Amino acid sequence: MVISVVVNGTRYERDVEPRMLLAYFLREELRLTGTHVGCDSSSCGCCTVVLDGTRAVKSCTMFAVMADGHAITTVEGLEQNGKLHPLQQAFWDNHGLQCGFCTPGMMMTAYAMLRHTPNPSEREIREGISGNLCRCTGYNNIVKAIAQAAKELTTVETVTDEIAAPQKETVPS
Amino acid sequence: MTATLGVPMKRKEDPRFIRGKGRYLDDIVLPNMLYLALVHSPYPHARIKSIDKSAALAVTGVKAVITGEDLNAAKLEWLPTFHGFDKQMVLAFGKVLYQYQEVAGVIAETREAAADAAELVEVEYEPLDPVVDPFESMKDAVILRDDREEKTNHIYHWEVGKRDETDAALAASPVRIKERIVAPRCHPAPLEPCGAIADMNTATGRLTVYLTSQAPHVHRTAFSLVTGIPEDKIHIISPDVGGGFGNKVPVYPGYVVATVASVILGIPVKWVESRTENLTTTGFARDYHMDVELGATTDGKLTALKVSTVADHGAFDAAADPRKYPAGMFGIVTGSYVFPAAFAQVDAYFTNKPPGGIAYRCSFRVTEAAYAIERAMDILASELKMDPVELRSLNFIKNEQFPFATPLGFVYDSGDYETTMRKALSLIGYDDLRKEQAEKRQRGDLMGIGVSTFTEVVGAGPGKHFDILGIKMFDSAEIRIHPTGAGIVRAGTRHQGQGHETTWAQIVGEELGLDPQDLLVEEGDTDTAPYGLGTYASRSTPVAGAALALAARRVREKARKIAAHLLEASEDDVEWKDYKFSLKGVPGKAVTMKEVAFAAYTNPAPDSEPGLEATYYYDPPNMTFPFGTYVAVVDIDRETGAVDVRRFLAVDDCGTIINPMIVEGQVHGGLTEGYAIAFMQEIKYDEAGNNLNTNFTEYLVPTALESPSWETARTVTPSPHHPLGAKGVGESPNVGSPQAFVNAVMDALSPLGVRHIDMPLTREKVWQAIRGATA
Amino acid sequence: MFPAQFTYERARSEDEALAALAKYGSDARILAGGQSLIPAMRYRLARPGVLIDINPITAFEYIEERDGYLSVGATARDYAIEMSSPIRSRYQLLAATSKVIADPVVRQTGTLAGSLCHNDPAGDWPVAALAARAQIVVRGVRGTRLVSADDFLVDSFTTAVGDDEMAVEVRFPKPPPLTYGAYHKIERKVGDFATACAGVQLTFDTGGRVAAAGIAIGAVGAKALRVADGEMMMTGYVPTEELIGEVVEVAKRVADPVADNRGSVQYKREMAGVLVGRALRDACRLSGLKGEGASW
Ligand SMILES: Cc1cc2nc3c(=O)[nH]c(=O)nc-3n(C[C@@H](O)[C@H](O)[C@H](O)COP(=O)(O)OP(=O)(O)OC[C@H]3O[C@@H](n4cnc5c(N)ncnc54)[C@H](O)[C@@H]3O)c2cc1C
Ligand code: FES
Ligand code: FES
Repeated sequence: MVISVVVNGTRYERDVEPRMLLAYFLREELRLTGTHVGCDSSSCGCCTVVLDGTRAVKSCTMFAVMADGHAITTVEGLEQNGKLHPLQQAFWDNHGLQCGFCTPGMMMTAYAMLRHTPNPSEREIREGISGNLCRCTGYNNIVKAIAQAAKELTTVETVTDEIAAPQKETVPS
Repeated sequence: MTATLGVPMKRKEDPRFIRGKGRYLDDIVLPNMLYLALVHSPYPHARIKSIDKSAALAVTGVKAVITGEDLNAAKLEWLPTFHGFDKQMVLAFGKVLYQYQEVAGVIAETREAAADAAELVEVEYEPLDPVVDPFESMKDAVILRDDREEKTNHIYHWEVGKRDETDAALAASPVRIKERIVAPRCHPAPLEPCGAIADMNTATGRLTVYLTSQAPHVHRTAFSLVTGIPEDKIHIISPDVGGGFGNKVPVYPGYVVATVASVILGIPVKWVESRTENLTTTGFARDYHMDVELGATTDGKLTALKVSTVADHGAFDAAADPRKYPAGMFGIVTGSYVFPAAFAQVDAYFTNKPPGGIAYRCSFRVTEAAYAIERAMDILASELKMDPVELRSLNFIKNEQFPFATPLGFVYDSGDYETTMRKALSLIGYDDLRKEQAEKRQRGDLMGIGVSTFTEVVGAGPGKHFDILGIKMFDSAEIRIHPTGAGIVRAGTRHQGQGHETTWAQIVGEELGLDPQDLLVEEGDTDTAPYGLGTYASRSTPVAGAALALAARRVREKARKIAAHLLEASEDDVEWKDYKFSLKGVPGKAVTMKEVAFAAYTNPAPDSEPGLEATYYYDPPNMTFPFGTYVAVVDIDRETGAVDVRRFLAVDDCGTIINPMIVEGQVHGGLTEGYAIAFMQEIKYDEAGNNLNTNFTEYLVPTALESPSWETARTVTPSPHHPLGAKGVGESPNVGSPQAFVNAVMDALSPLGVRHIDMPLTREKVWQAIRGATA
Repeated sequence: MFPAQFTYERARSEDEALAALAKYGSDARILAGGQSLIPAMRYRLARPGVLIDINPITAFEYIEERDGYLSVGATARDYAIEMSSPIRSRYQLLAATSKVIADPVVRQTGTLAGSLCHNDPAGDWPVAALAARAQIVVRGVRGTRLVSADDFLVDSFTTAVGDDEMAVEVRFPKPPPLTYGAYHKIERKVGDFATACAGVQLTFDTGGRVAAAGIAIGAVGAKALRVADGEMMMTGYVPTEELIGEVVEVAKRVADPVADNRGSVQYKREMAGVLVGRALRDACRLSGLKGEGASW
């Protein structure tokens, strides 16, 4: 079945089996391997991507065919014009990652969360990322990183808009 | 140039990870690559009557189906386990010995086709009665392993210390406690599952294996031993590893089947396990049932310690322990205390459960030991009606006693237990907490404070004692400085998030006066890295870290010659000061390492070899002994048994610190793992041998919401024998914390007369204890 | 783990969905958020021949109050419910429930209607639906039915939806003034199904007497259970600790759990009681109404 998706601003058309999971579509069809797979039960969140700019989804629990006509932002889409996204910078600054396996999913969840809750409290951050597991960091520094990014994003308000997943219509196919 | 050691330098490896450009095993795709799916046994114990491959072979895209019989024919049916007492079946033949055991492998063009066909491999089983409990197994009513000559389920007996003396001391002790303390079966479960891509090049005869490996060199040797392929024809690459925690030390059947398939087909074959495969077949940890006895005088002076352990090793003895130490470093069970007499013994048994017994974020069997002694100390304190902190203080090894020889054979390098403990108690406000607790107890509220003053043993280890597969447990470093003063640093270790790309550069930068940003660190490729034993058991900094410092010093010695040449002086007149070579007594006359590096290639000393590089293989003279004091504060909901960890403080002493930011991060991570083990993680089996925790919906990993917000602090007591004074920290928080949580919960429940509950302390267990006590 | 093969039908409108249902019958399953169905397919515990994807039906995404009901369309996400201001301000039971289902990422995709149709015995929405007296609009090519939550939730993983039907909307009667609700759940960690859970909705009269009560418990039976006797016992009375205690006992009698990793029969039953008690006290506290003789 042929699907058309916009991933990180680029439109892709691909013929896929209906049973292909979105995570594997991104990883294997598009070779965007920053989206990871850590479980089979929609538990770990390593595979989290953002749909249509605002909605975090676990891409291992969505078929690629369901993404037809949607815009997807993956970790590879965070950096813009050679400038790290405030979340990326903050994870680096605060030692918010160790093995790095959970990191892309964690950042994508935070990305969507900060669109809904721009000034989260520590409690809200902890709640917001509670669908994403990390085995390495103990979360302290992830929480710190997201708080830093939130501050950064609210002071430079335009940043979120700038990197919002592009509307389908405006993207050249 | 300023100091680079002890600086919280941001990690050099992060830029690729935060961009999603890490390269983990499953990210690698080779041309024409095929996929392996494994078929698993639904039974824990059964005879295989027949296997019919035909339906599976008929699935479009399927290239081959491999069974145990096929491997048997090729003499590849067994793989060696690491400490060399036993071997493990690659694919079951004759009998399956645990639920989910690998029975066949399907190789196909896509993952989906492999999965479809794996379902269609028809295996006919004759179920046998399983033996799930090691205490049943020891009766030898059913002998599980008919391949072995010894007709018993008993694997080994190991003991250390003086049995008779200890028994006598215990008998003579006015105060004695005895408790069965269980460290339950749990699993490291790194977020990245295990996997391999085997790529046999039939033209060159060279086998490249990409592997989720914490110890790529040992794996190369093991692969050579299993397959008979000469070791020079094997190339292991461990790409970025998404967490290991001990899980990625052993060799697994999937690796071997993928390799056999690639060798047969001459095409790359990838195997990546599912989470269920990870939890049901790969290396578990613990499953130690410890009877702990302590003796003391009435005023609390310890007199004796005896620990008798029954260990459940599953169907094969695949514990990754050094050969001489089947129970690892369990002898650390005397902890931070002086014992006039001590004795420990371990008896291990086979059961119908998967093999393992690996070190889950700890040195071999150290978590078990630390848990046993720290729980027992609390039980003794309550028996004596003493504050557990004062009991510890009374019995600590004193500063002037170091190096301290324990009755169980270790020589502790250094320690300052009292200072560390007092620092923790003052930071957490121990006295105020005890006051608050007393008030709360008046009202019937359950609040508890738990302390753990643990000592660990890491940095395996001195070659005269420690080996894996017979290979001494040294580690290695190689440093090459390029003409421009940049360089490449390689080590025999393989990080999985510990930050070696940064800390190794800091060590070398410090020793050579070079910018760590210009020092590329590379690990994990057996073609380029020097032979090392890998990263686990907190051994990287104690062993490879020392190798790096000493290799750097070798580079510096050579550089001194060149510096003397450049300064037109004799070597004796050149000193290394402030990260430069200066002419003694002539201020301002100096050359930098950068200048020396350039000269090494452009203007070497007339009588010396060009170039600037060195290698060092470090055989540690002793282990290192990090320690710390952890304090947990909990409140318990009487009605539900829910435990709220209100505060948790970890004061660690891991000797000299290379990067405090990374040390703190390691501590946070290990504490969350310790929390998980204390409260929610267990791999349980029902009586029929079925695994009850086969995925992340049942094997629980705490989220940011359950995980407490960690408080940390440190003291620094350098190791006298390590070139940098460093001891290693990765595992202290996991070794030190479970008992702090459990002690806190037991402290809260002590007014009800509850003495001990085994981990994990689920709400229901706590609730049942409260209910039992108040009924 | 990879699902078995299936045929994928994309429904862009309700009519397309119903037509596909009529065409494929029992071989087809509706695909809503997929947060229950897709994991089950990955483990190959579910192998539907056809999936009818209703996600493209944006007309089903509504959450709105009309005709005395709060109507939630079949593709409204749990997260939208959590964020909805009418729900936050007037539907406390639903608001409290929405915060503890699954995890925050799963909630951005999972649906209320899907959860009811799945009818997991440990699911949260079925409990809230009983306590809030929801009705489900069930539609097929042959027509539309309005089914009460009690009739809808037939048995474990079984509902009143026929093979050629689907749930298009879930309706909650608009709570009269002085209605308060609460939801309590014991879970081992975020993302876990309940060990036990309880949902409560109480409507008071101005004298602080309970005018209407909805009480339900979950994860303690083959399906979510209404504590009907407890509801009756409260109706017409000012809540007291004693009365709450009696309702708790009734809830424990209604509970009929099975033992699993989450807990024993005894623990789950006791917790159902504890949680009912807590939810009732919460609702009373929220009301701020202390009728004559009230104690809680
Ligand atoms: C990690 C995780 C944790 C979870 N924890 C919880 C929890 O704590 N509590 C809880 O209640 N749930 C939990 N869930 C499940 C919940 O989030 C599901 O989303 C929900 O139960 C099903 O909703 P869905 O929209 O995803 O339905 P789907 O998975 O798409 O469908 C579920 C079933 O309902 C049928 N169906 C769906 N919609 C309709 C319709 N409109 N008409 C007819 N049939 C339909 C489908 O055919 C399928 O059989 C969890 C899920 C995950 C992945
Ligand atoms: S891979 Fe674990 S949630 Fe998607
Ligand atoms: S950094 Fe390793 S899992 Fe989070």
